Amino acid sequence: MADRIIELKNIRKSFDGETVLDGIDLYIRRREFLTLLGPSGCGKTTMLRIIAGFETADSGDLLFEGQRINDVPPYKRRVNTVFQRYSLFPHMNVFDNVAFGLNIKKMGKAEIARRVAAMLEMVGLAGYEKRQPESLSGGQQQRVAIARALVNEPEVLLLDEPLAALDLKMRKEMQLELKRMQQQLGITFIFVTHDQEEALTMSDTIVVMSRGQIQQIGTPVDIYNEPANAFVADFIGESNLLEGVMEKDYLCRFAGYSFPCLDKGFMKNEEVEIVVRPEDVDIVAPEKGMIVCTVRSIVFMGVHYEIMLEGADGMLWKVHTTDPVEPGAVVGLYLDPDAIHVMKSSDEPLASEQEEMAALEEEEDEG
Amino acid sequence: MVKQALRWALVIAVLLFLYAPILTLVVFSFNSGKYMGNWTGFSLRWYVELFNDAVIMRSLWITLSVALIAAVVSTILGTLAAAGIHAMKNRHANLVENITYIPMLSPDIVTGISLMLLFVFAGIKLGYGTMLLAHVTFNLPYVIFSVLPKLRALPQHQYEAAIDLGATPGFALRKVVLPQIMPGILTGLIFAFTLSIDDFVISYFTSQDVSNLSMTIYSMARRGLSPKLNALSSIMFLTVLTLLIVINVRSARQGKKETV
Repeated sequence: MADRIIELKNIRKSFDGETVLDGIDLYIRRREFLTLLGPSGCGKTTMLRIIAGFETADSGDLLFEGQRINDVPPYKRRVNTVFQRYSLFPHMNVFDNVAFGLNIKKMGKAEIARRVAAMLEMVGLAGYEKRQPESLSGGQQQRVAIARALVNEPEVLLLDEPLAALDLKMRKEMQLELKRMQQQLGITFIFVTHDQEEALTMSDTIVVMSRGQIQQIGTPVDIYNEPANAFVADFIGESNLLEGVMEKDYLCRFAGYSFPCLDKGFMKNEEVEIVVRPEDVDIVAPEKGMIVCTVRSIVFMGVHYEIMLEGADGMLWKVHTTDPVEPGAVVGLYLDPDAIHVMKSSDEPLASEQEEMAALEEEEDEG
Repeated sequence: MVKQALRWALVIAVLLFLYAPILTLVVFSFNSGKYMGNWTGFSLRWYVELFNDAVIMRSLWITLSVALIAAVVSTILGTLAAAGIHAMKNRHANLVENITYIPMLSPDIVTGISLMLLFVFAGIKLGYGTMLLAHVTFNLPYVIFSVLPKLRALPQHQYEAAIDLGATPGFALRKVVLPQIMPGILTGLIFAFTLSIDDFVISYFTSQDVSNLSMTIYSMARRGLSPKLNALSSIMFLTVLTLLIVINVRSARQGKKETV
């Protein structure tokens, strides 16, 4: 497997008896932009820190180009990290920050100056050499941190929620720039985020994690269109989540009706979870719809309207459409077979439920 | 106007009240006569005699050497201790930190007597060595107190960022961590040195046959006050005052730097 630059085999890690990574198996291809995505506490940062070498796995193997590197210290690994809070060295100016790694390699002064200048040029900070980090804006500091890592020409760049501290506009800008740099330099990026939109925009591959386990690995399109379970469907994008049964191949039953769908291979009457994306629901005249609903609310979101509808069984539907309807109107909902995604039932609590559980535990701890 | 004047009058009165004794001491250290309260003219006579007094010079040497060694040793140990506390989990760190600070609050006489008992119990002969050990002990919490906040003020992941960029742990400490906590270490060093020079009670209980300046002054004063002691006390006062001013200016400057 020549193109697998990093492989994790059955990696386990726990802190104080609490399992953080529960048997992770994953490989990362050379030159790929891979994102570890999940709610806080899912283990994504720990995984990144194990790859960087700041933490050691309790068990399992970490391979770099086929060699086991579990016991190789961080300063001997050909990876570099961009930290969430930049972690620039405040007692050094921008030049010395970026030159830090090159100075350790005992490179010639002229060569260092040339490479630092080229790297600052690439991140758009040419001429900032003599500035102190504290005199820069958050976005500029993050660019210095990226330059400081990339100047060492790592095989893999690890990014730990690098954009979380930036404002929305700056974040969008940096997303595009990071993607551009990754393509320009041909370096493997492993990016950690809890922001699903960021993950969908930037990644070649997304690894969705929850409670120390990988829920799904796939391209952004796969993950969005074919979520493996209710957790993924709920975490990525917006969705209507329903419980149903598979009556037979290509036919499922939920919300009191049977619907043709594109899924097969389930047992007869197997309990499943159904996800329907709000933008995949068509609002039609009541007699043409599969489900009859009453419009409860309509909110203009900029590009589309978000409409909440209530079915006869009390089920609430969320629909995104560019065509407004009147509140109180009775309408029909039409679901195309490819709008219905059938998933095996899983016990994985949704991200919002995980947050609630964490909040409860905290209250108990305090009480 | 009147209000302003009253305010200043009050400030001056308070300062006079506080500093009158020391001022008297300093003034009379330049008196040519032998008797307190009887000004006979300006002279450096007592300073000359002071520096020709073998007993006092010997105690001066003891004071300075103990202060210097104790300051350096306690700074090294205290910095390591602070690093250890910093690396602990929050709950443990708080506990250990507070325990280390308790000796700062306990009376010198308790520290002195308990150290003496410990030395006697352990069969260590009281002398220069025990005095030195005692000074290292009471200096330690002050060093930790100066260094720990600097460690806590380090930006996140500084050490990790350095080793990530290829620095060995030693290099990361020297080039990234130490330069940033150095102001705290220096403050701790000066603090420790000042406390050592200043100490009487603990030294008195933890040594025999050696005496530092404070102990010498005490024993001489019991045999009647010599104006030499005025000169000596003046010098000690000015030394400690200078060091305290240095500490305060340093921390004020750092405070300023952090708020900018």
